[in-house]
Amino acid sequence: MSPAHYIFLSVILFVIGAVGVLVRRNMIVIFMCVELMLNACNLAFVAFARMHGNLDGQVVAFFVMVVAAAEVVVGLAILMAIYRARKSASVDDANLLKY
Amino acid sequence: MITVLAAHTSGTNLDPIYDQVLFWILAVASVGAGITMICVRQAVHCALMLAVVMLSLAVMYAMQGAPFLAFVQIIVYTGAVLMLFLFVVMLIGITSGDSLVETIKGQRLWAGIAGGAFAVLLIVGIGHAAIGAAHPATAANSAANLTGLATLIFTTYVFPFEATSALLITAALGAMVLAHRERTTPKPTQRDLARRKVASGQVAPEPPPGVYALHNAVDMPARLPDGSTTSRSVSTAVAQRDIDLGRDPEGNVAADLAVEDRIEAERQIEAAARGRDQQ
Repeated sequence: MSPAHYIFLSVILFVIGAVGVLVRRNMIVIFMCVELMLNACNLAFVAFARMHGNLDGQVVAFFVMVVAAAEVVVGLAILMAIYRARKSASVDDANLLKY
Repeated sequence: MITVLAAHTSGTNLDPIYDQVLFWILAVASVGAGITMICVRQAVHCALMLAVVMLSLAVMYAMQGAPFLAFVQIIVYTGAVLMLFLFVVMLIGITSGDSLVETIKGQRLWAGIAGGAFAVLLIVGIGHAAIGAAHPATAANSAANLTGLATLIFTTYVFPFEATSALLITAALGAMVLAHRERTTPKPTQRDLARRKVASGQVAPEPPPGVYALHNAVDMPARLPDGSTTSRSVSTAVAQRDIDLGRDPEGNVAADLAVEDRIEAERQIEAAARGRDQQ
């Protein structure tokens, strides 16, 4: 398959993740949707690497994975802290900065 | 021959037929799993659907001449990140599903419209971009994927790589700081625990659920030395279930009561017969 197919697939997955972030209100699920968007970007990077015939895209995808792992660790720690304070994982309940 | 040709047309050494079949299967699986992920209520189901997407993407990386990334995807994403998600889901409570009430009116409708518009924007933009065919396989991306990646990471991208180490240390420290909880009361020592236990009036542990000749179940209350039963030996959840099922929480099922009556009657008959023998 040509790289264009993979890139369009990654677009679809990215949009699904974005809609998930907009629609869902459980923080863990929102986080998973962000991970889905990062994965879609990785797929596009790998497709670009194949299109250009070099490995730079794969290196970038590798760095994205590292950053995503770090982001998950900190994000889930924040989520646990919020859950401890509010006894809820819903984004509607973390509203002290709202008004 | 076909393999060699494919290697020169698509950048991988996969037969084009297999390439297409695999791509469409994986594309349908990953998009379907993604849509299911944003639709199901339970966080655990979302995590499982995300695992499907990630594994599909791992196979796609392998198909595109990135075997190292494919394995990193499986090990780091499906193995570590997703397990971390599952840990947190279990910590927070497996029942913490989303409520289905919309707090913002028309949120889903507008999110769907925004998503559709975003998709159109991206697809039109990428459709106008010149995406060429796959580059012919070179030594850089087919034969020595791992050595090529290592060379790039440790030469061209060595400073981002070093910055990554700082990022990982910061993330580890941040997680420790955020997950740390200050203890407001001193930790009870063994002496304190022992005193508290004696003061509570019950030194021995709770009696285990009963084991009778007629029953061997956790919803049977234990029999105390004086012959009475204690409801404290039965978990409240089990007792509640018994009530829901219409059973007596003391474990006195009607059929068992009948059996006990019969045993009692036989015992009286025996006693009467013994009395006759003695006379």
